Parts: sequence; C-alpha cells; structure tokens
Amino acid sequence: MTQEIRVTNYPEVLTDRASHYCPGCHHGTAHRLVAEAITDLGLVDKTILVGSIGCSVFIYNYLSLDAIESPHGRAPAVATGVKRARPDKIVFTYQGDGDLASIGMAEIMHCANRGENITTIFVNNTVYGMTGGQMAPTTLVGQKTTTCPGGRCRENEGMPIRMTEIIASLGGVAFAERVAVNNIKNIKKARKAVTKAFEYQTKEVGFSFVEVLATCPTNWRMTPLQANKRIETEMIPYFPLGNFKDVLAKEEK
Amino acid sequence: MSTPKRIFVKGNEAISRGALAAGMKCFFGYPITPQNDIPEFLSQALPDAGGQFVQAESEVAAANMLLGAAGCGIRAMTSSSSPGMSLKQEAISYMAGSELPGVLVNVSRGGPGLGDIGPSQGDYFQSVKGGGHGDYKLLVLAPGTVQEAYDLTIKAFDLAFKYRNPVLVLADAIIGQMKEPVVPWVPENLDPDEGQDWGLQGATNRGPRLLKSLFLDDGALAGQNQKLQAKYQAMQAEVDQELFLTEDAELIVVAFGSIGRIVKSTIRKLRAQGHKVGLVRPITLFPFPSEVLLNLAKEGKRFLTIEHNMGQMVEDVRLSIRTVADSAFHGQLPGNLPTPDDFEEPILKALEG
Repeated sequence: MTQEIRVTNYPEVLTDRASHYCPGCHHGTAHRLVAEAITDLGLVDKTILVGSIGCSVFIYNYLSLDAIESPHGRAPAVATGVKRARPDKIVFTYQGDGDLASIGMAEIMHCANRGENITTIFVNNTVYGMTGGQMAPTTLVGQKTTTCPGGRCRENEGMPIRMTEIIASLGGVAFAERVAVNNIKNIKKARKAVTKAFEYQTKEVGFSFVEVLATCPTNWRMTPLQANKRIETEMIPYFPLGNFKDVLAKEEK
Repeated sequence: MSTPKRIFVKGNEAISRGALAAGMKCFFGYPITPQNDIPEFLSQALPDAGGQFVQAESEVAAANMLLGAAGCGIRAMTSSSSPGMSLKQEAISYMAGSELPGVLVNVSRGGPGLGDIGPSQGDYFQSVKGGGHGDYKLLVLAPGTVQEAYDLTIKAFDLAFKYRNPVLVLADAIIGQMKEPVVPWVPENLDPDEGQDWGLQGATNRGPRLLKSLFLDDGALAGQNQKLQAKYQAMQAEVDQELFLTEDAELIVVAFGSIGRIVKSTIRKLRAQGHKVGLVRPITLFPFPSEVLLNLAKEGKRFLTIEHNMGQMVEDVRLSIRTVADSAFHGQLPGNLPTPDDFEEPILKALEG
C-alpha cells in the first residue's frame, strides 16, 4: 500500500482554476515552482510578473500577481523598464524557447549582460507550441517539426542553441542553471534552483536565470509518458543539467 | 518664487529639460541622429535628479522598456528619430492596446529608409494614422519653436496620464538642432498619486493588477476597442492650434512644426506687401483642428497646405474642409532646409487662385 505524504503546501499565489495547458505539458509544473519560490521567500506582495508570447501568455491567470504583457521576445526589456521604475520590487519574466532564444535573443542577452536584478524562467520544450509546432532555435537535430518536416538538419538550420551556457558567460549574471521537471528528483532540484534565482534577486547580485527542460506532448506527437522519457533520452544529453554560474557559491562554502 | 531666467538651448535640450520639469523618472534611449542630444543630456541630468537612464540595446528594446516603466504608473519617456521610430511601433501599438501613458519623442529626419539626417515631415502619416498594427491613435504634439518643444513635452506627460495613452512629440531636425531662448518653468501641483491606482507595484493588500492587450473572450476585444475609440473621441477636447492673421485673410496657409514657423516669416513679408494671407499651424496633429479649418472655409477663405513632404497632412486638411472648399498643396522635398523665400512663390500662386 502506498502512503500519501504532503511534501509541500498549495502556494497562496497559485490560483485555484483549471489550466488551459495540454495534458502532460510541463508549464503547470513550472508555474507551481515559481509560485512556491515566491511564496516561500515571502515575496508575494512585492512581485511583478512580465508575461510573454506563446502558450504561457496566460500565466497571469494562474499566478495571483501584478502582471504586464510584453510583445514577442521583449519581456526582458519590459522587465528592465519595470525594475528601473520600481527597483524595490521583485520582477521576473517567464518565456518560452521561441520567445527568448529566437526573436528575443537581443533583449535577453543585454538584460543579462547589464546585470539587471531580474529573474528569468526560461521554459525550453524545443518547439513553438502555441503556433502549432514549428522549429525553434532549440529544436534538436533530427527532430521533426512542421517547418522542418524532414527533421532539423545541421547543415540547413544550424545547431540547437544552448542558452544557459551563453547566459552564464555574461558578466552581469549572478545565477544560471538548467533543470528538468521530468521526474520527482529533477523537480526537487528545479525547485531549489528557482528559489535560489529569486533569492538572489532579493540580494541584488545581478541577473538570475533558470532554464527548465519541459515537454510539449501535443507538438511532439507523443503521450505524456513518452514525452517525459524524451527529456531523459534526447534533451538532457544535449542540454546538460546543472549549475553554470553561481556568484554566491564560493561565499556559501 | 523668482521669475526663472531665460536659457539659450537647442530644441533637443529643451525637450530634455521639459521632461525633467515634468517629473520624468525613467528615460530609455538609443543613439540616432539628430536626437542624440536628448539621451546625452539625460544620461547625466536624470540620474542627478534621482531618476533612471538606460541606453537600450536597440530602439525596439528602448520602447519596450518604456512600456514596462509606464506600466508602473510613473512618468517615463523615450526619444528617437524616424528610422528608430519605425522600430518602436510594435511597443507603441501594445502600449495603446494596454492603455499605458508613455511619452515618445520623434526628432524626425528625411526618409524613406536611411534617408538623411536633415529635417523632414515625412513621418506625419506614421505619427497620426497609426504606424503600428491595430486601430489606435496617439496624441501627437508638434512644436514650432524651442520654447514650445519645452512646453509641449511637459504637456505630453499630463495628457499621457489624463488619457492613459501614449503621447508623441513630433519635432524635426530643425527644432531639435536649433538654439533659441527658452523660459523654463516647472508645473505646479504634480499629483503625487498619479498612476498609483492602476500601476504595477506588487499586489500589496489588494487583488492583482493586470495590464494587457490580449482580449480573447467573446466580445472582449470589441469592448476594449469601443473603450479606446470613446477615449480618442474625448481627446478632441485637446485640439490646439496657432492662428496667425487669419481674420481678414483671403488665403489660409496650413503648415505645422518648423515649416509652420518658416511660413509665418513668409506671411509677414507678404503682409508687408499688402497680400491678405494668414496661417493656421496645428499644434495637435491628433486631434486635428478640423473644426477651426471648416469654420474658416465657411467664411469663404481659400487654402494652401505646405509640408516638408510630398503631401500627408493635406489629406486631413481636405477632409476637414471638403464640404465647402479644397486645399492647394505645396510640398517641400527632404534633403534641404527651406527658407521663407522658398514659400513666397507657391503662396502668391495660391493667392491668385
């Protein structure tokens, strides 16, 4: 017989409503990790959410926070404006791979490089979800999408972009970590990373970034279980999990 | 309080000083000629005044930073010149849709494309007809002197918050680069609670606030657009224009911004020669002073529109007076600085009819 153990309380900032995400999609899990971090750190009353474009455009429906919508890819610029206007608030962007690594590449790079005290949660599921499964900058070589029906080809489309490694190389960045939410063990690590990213913002040590490897069962044409497995077998080997930058790590030791 | 001393400054500096006087807290810029004096001046002056200056990575980013700061209910601004304004249109459309009170300055130059860095009024359509996607309007203010550049920048912030709408100050390279005396002033009684009842600040002791332009529920977008259109209608109350010797004039010249002031010099000269010509210089380009023009048309006056482009505002002039009259047009090509003498011949020709 299995015993049910409550490992965390329902975070107050998470609204009690059914989500619009597809079955097996990891946005819900990522939302919850953000909600838990903000609640645990006591930041609910002072956090401002900057939404982006794509499936997660409705994140404001699930997190009970002051929020603003930004044009496609521009969330880090909008967040910069918010943070400069309200430096005493906690500001975060929540962006997908098309939004952050394609159209919004300039904005994320410069926001990170300026060392804005902002947190970015980057959900990477290697595909444009909302628009129907087109190729993203993170689409793996060989992965079939509606705009690379024969599979992403290195010669034609280049290699998938590893954002966390790039972000970690920038001077203004305080924290950069890649996590996955495909199993309990990884979710626990992800929770720690997301919490740390927000905690670092409260310490005003620079830009904090968490890449979350996530599923898109619908556009991957997989069941949720197959999609979870794909993270383990295909994504993590190319997008290695782990911390790539932590400016406070030495001090902690 | 003693009377402020006159200062002798460029239009770009007047705009910057006006923004500071208006209580601007954040400025987001990107280099482009001929507006560079604005970010250069504010990079020093704004932090000194306790505000935030950011040189953005692009005009796109600068406009989106403005979107974020304006969403916090504070006074914020960005400035640019024509090609840069094209890049800002995405954010402007979102700001109009989300009803955010940002101020934008366009020290416009010659186009299309890279054009040149000389004066032009080729951005009239982009400024008053949209520019970005969707069915929206900006309040557009067109200074004709350096003093007005100062005054209208202050007014731009007031109007932005009054209507929760982006406001555009449309100057050009002449206004931006010209030095004139300015009497600086500081608006009294700036509302300390301005923007506090809707701006983002963290949901302390209240429900969350959401600023967005996405409306998917059945009828929601129609409702938002109805609300916006009602607002644009209400903006008609802000119509402003300069009337110069119009009462006994047989011919009314309609010209805005720097061309308006140059034409004014031409009119002075022609008046001295006994020619009955007058000037209507629209100061608000949206809302457009249609009623003023229509009333003059009803008095039997004839019209000539002069612009530093090949015919943009003239469409609005013709729409305004179409039931009783038409307007002749003289277009000044970009790439040069017109003088009052350049407009003598076209005005005399229009006067002959």
